[in-house]
Amino acid sequence: MRLTRRYRFSASHRLHSDELTEAQNDATYGKCNNPYGHGHNYVLEVTVRGTVDPVTGRVHDLPALDEFVTQEIVSRYDHRNLNEQVPELAGLVPTTEVVSAVIHARLEAGWPQQWPVLDRVRIWETRNNIFEVSKEIQ
Amino acid sequence: MKITRRIEFSSSHVCALPGRTEAENHALYGAAANPHGHGHNYALEVTIAGEPDPVTGMIVDLKEVKEILNQEVVTPFDHRHLNYEVPPFDKVVPTTENMALEIWRRLAPHFTGANGTLDLVRLYETEDLYVEYAGESA
Repeated sequence: MRLTRRYRFSASHRLHSDELTEAQNDATYGKCNNPYGHGHNYVLEVTVRGTVDPVTGRVHDLPALDEFVTQEIVSRYDHRNLNEQVPELAGLVPTTEVVSAVIHARLEAGWPQQWPVLDRVRIWETRNNIFEVSKEIQ
Repeated sequence: MKITRRIEFSSSHVCALPGRTEAENHALYGAAANPHGHGHNYALEVTIAGEPDPVTGMIVDLKEVKEILNQEVVTPFDHRHLNYEVPPFDKVVPTTENMALEIWRRLAPHFTGANGTLDLVRLYETEDLYVEYAGESA
């Protein structure tokens, strides 16, 4: 069985690569290259996969998952500038592809061994742009 | 090919284990352990897999699916207190996981090949929490 929990954070970013010229950055990232940045209401879905505990009827301890994801991600990303204020994104272009991969890696790194497996991370940048990462799909 | 039908029902429940203190149950289930109960607008997505009939062009008659879902889920669950009124939840904790298992048990015998097979049950407790069950093998 899979259980998915949805979290939200609002953050700003600017898509700009130092490897590219101004013109190339503009051509590549368009409006997202605006030097003043812009922001999104991100939705983060965390999916765990495991069996249902016969006593509790749960796949996972939900309050513990909420505490973990809030501490590792939501409290550190919400109302922040992703280019400037999130250490693991320093020096990276915070496209949602990159943000998804970094969040997946951070959750994997701190994931307690006794928990059911982290099946997938999915991020909605807007309601129209959706990104997924799992161990199988990097 | 797969086809998904979505329905909604509203029910109340308590998630708590008998013989545990209120504090222990709160640690396990969070706010869902409130002994007075609370409710949700559940949304259920039922996915049927099969090949479209060469004559009708349909995997399954959706009118029939609607009747099955009404009979097995909406009528018994909607506007009911699950712990008091909907067996087996007098004995089984009505977590979203256990509800998905029970819904799978109720629906699977109705889809045995000629009208497709039951592929996935996805049950949303809220917009921010859902579980997916695809049978024993998944």
